[in-house]
Amino acid sequence: MNRHLLSAADLTRDDALLVLDTAAELAAVSDRSVKKLPTLRGRTVVNLFYEDSTRTRISFEVAAKRLSADVITFSAKGSSVSKGESLKDTALTLQAIGADAVVCRHHASGAPHTLSRWVEGSVVNAGDGTHEHPTQALLDAYTMRARTGRLEGLRVAIVGDVLHSRVARSNVLLLATLGAEVTLVSPPTLLPLGVDAWPAETSYDLDAVLPKTDVVMMLRVQRERMGAAYFPSEREYARRYGLDAARMAALPDEAIVMHPGPMNRGMEIAAEVADSVRSTIVDQVANGVSVRMAVLYLLLAGGQTADQGRGGAA
Amino acid sequence: MSWVLQGVSILGGPPTDVLVDGGVIAEIGAGLRGEQTLDAAGLVALPGLVDLHTHLREPGREDAETVETGTAAAALGGFTAVHAMANTDPVADTAGVVEQVFHLGRAAGHCDVAPVGAVTVGLRGTALAELGAMATSAARVRVFSDDGVCVSDAGLMRRALEYVKAFDGVVAQHAEEPSLTVGAQLHEGVVSAQLGLAGWPAVAEEAIIARDCLLAGHVGSRLHICHVSTAGSVELIRFAKARGIDVTAEVTPHHLLLTDASATGYDPVFKVNPPLRTRADVDAVRAGLADGTIDAVATDHAPHATEDKETEWAAARPGMLGLQTALPIVAGLGLAWSVIAERMSSAPARIGRLPGHGRPIAVGEPANLCLFDPAATWTVDGHALASRAHNTPYEGMTMTGAVVATFLRGEPTVLDGKLT
Ligand SMILES: [Zn+2]
Repeated sequence: MNRHLLSAADLTRDDALLVLDTAAELAAVSDRSVKKLPTLRGRTVVNLFYEDSTRTRISFEVAAKRLSADVITFSAKGSSVSKGESLKDTALTLQAIGADAVVCRHHASGAPHTLSRWVEGSVVNAGDGTHEHPTQALLDAYTMRARTGRLEGLRVAIVGDVLHSRVARSNVLLLATLGAEVTLVSPPTLLPLGVDAWPAETSYDLDAVLPKTDVVMMLRVQRERMGAAYFPSEREYARRYGLDAARMAALPDEAIVMHPGPMNRGMEIAAEVADSVRSTIVDQVANGVSVRMAVLYLLLAGGQTADQGRGGAA
Repeated sequence: MSWVLQGVSILGGPPTDVLVDGGVIAEIGAGLRGEQTLDAAGLVALPGLVDLHTHLREPGREDAETVETGTAAAALGGFTAVHAMANTDPVADTAGVVEQVFHLGRAAGHCDVAPVGAVTVGLRGTALAELGAMATSAARVRVFSDDGVCVSDAGLMRRALEYVKAFDGVVAQHAEEPSLTVGAQLHEGVVSAQLGLAGWPAVAEEAIIARDCLLAGHVGSRLHICHVSTAGSVELIRFAKARGIDVTAEVTPHHLLLTDASATGYDPVFKVNPPLRTRADVDAVRAGLADGTIDAVATDHAPHATEDKETEWAAARPGMLGLQTALPIVAGLGLAWSVIAERMSSAPARIGRLPGHGRPIAVGEPANLCLFDPAATWTVDGHALASRAHNTPYEGMTMTGAVVATFLRGEPTVLDGKLT
């Protein structure tokens, strides 16, 4: 693995499979009554969150604590980060603290890249602007593999605001690396110009895609996009691109429904779909912790196996 | 003090001596004598370069550049005149501010400073600034621009184009349709899609160029297009010129050399407005420069303080240094020396109406000269450049060709590659 995880493109097929396999191994540990491993004892993981994201922040915190790391969280509210301190100065502070890993969530695309030039520790991109969210893609791939038993040849439809979605970018890259077949389904206004260069098909027609889909991933649509004329109204969006019970019925029997959360129930996904047996939304949250443990473990404890790590030698 | 430039090659011609005396070129021939001698064997003499587009940042951002440091960089880059852009603080939208900049240039003495006046009050795009007062001031403003922002209101642009005819002025448009570039960060295409940066589409530039060429044709005015960056823009300007519309255009060295692929590491030193484009666009602006569709090279030299560049991409200010690297970049494009002289000196001097600049190297002409060693190599170091800021996109790059000397009205401003 590279020293940092900034983009899903940083992962080779072997790297990605190693993360997923390690996550599976760590998930087994998490099921035991004593959940903590001593692997990262004495290591410092800083969660640097410039953007509110309770679920991702908590997921990384739990992951780091289960590996016995010291965890420090800087979040946008109530720290120097909110007082306009520059990313550079924050980086110098983190460097002085001796952070072994910095988990960075930022509203600006590329901020974790920039940060990685200024700190010696590993930088993990926890979502940057409209760029990427590689650990989300890893947990999605983990969930797909756990539920369907495979990734190679799996037909995945990613539906919604692809233009502004870091989840979509990371998923397209990672799923292509892992041999899945991705179709992006979106109104034309919400597909980026330049998407032709991505390893994915595109479609404007959700109904045409659903019957040929093993996994349908619904992206969150932000209501403020409506104001910028990306689509005329919530109702029209839901009619054309929302996943309701009728559309869900068009999916093959074994197909699953995913959503990175937080959901707009009634907009991109109907409540009965979100709560159906096809839905993996709760699994995704649980799997997020295992996958993030695996990422921190592999970046910080390096090449040794999880069993060696259990001895606390890291 | 008289100077003999010994064995110099005028525009790549055979070696000869040039005697500079009394601020003019006094004699050209063999075996000339003067009070001072400069061994110019192997050097190419060009008319002193003229930049149509320089951000000197003074008044307002003296931490990034001053008239003194910016004109020093200009002289070291072979320039004898620069046009100082109006987006200072306060904005150069009154006779008072343009005269201040003009006098600061005089005092610094490294090169002539021709202030550009703002088209609209405060660059706000709503009301015309007092263009006539700036034109008749000591600064003799002829180029008007809201550079950094586009005069996007078509009616106002029409009036500006018409109004400046009274004093032979020209409006230099920063072509960017603002409703198409809200939040834009990088050329809209494959790279912006990959990086998740909001796209700055080529059409935002081209739509304004098309509109303004038609407006200029309609009212019979002169129009200048700043920093042309797309293949489509070159096509439109070619079309407008073929229709007899009085339009001129400039291209920057960075748009002649770099592409949007430079942004892949999110280093904001490559953030600029208009953004770096694709390889096809680079090829098109080069072809446009070669065939004269694009009249001039202009640097868009844009110094920025470290804290405005050492940041996440979206928070960084757009722009890059350009004065000291312009000529080596253009000299590397394979153009004839006479074409380089036209694009970097004569044409910009004509567009800016600067008498005494961009003249032929001939007896009786003002001795504004740039002596360039096309074989010298040097490595770009942002901290070694004369600008107060260090934001060069060419850091660590080896340049071929170096300015050895610059003469302003017969007096050296640069000798042996150093300020005099
Ligand atoms: Zn501009």
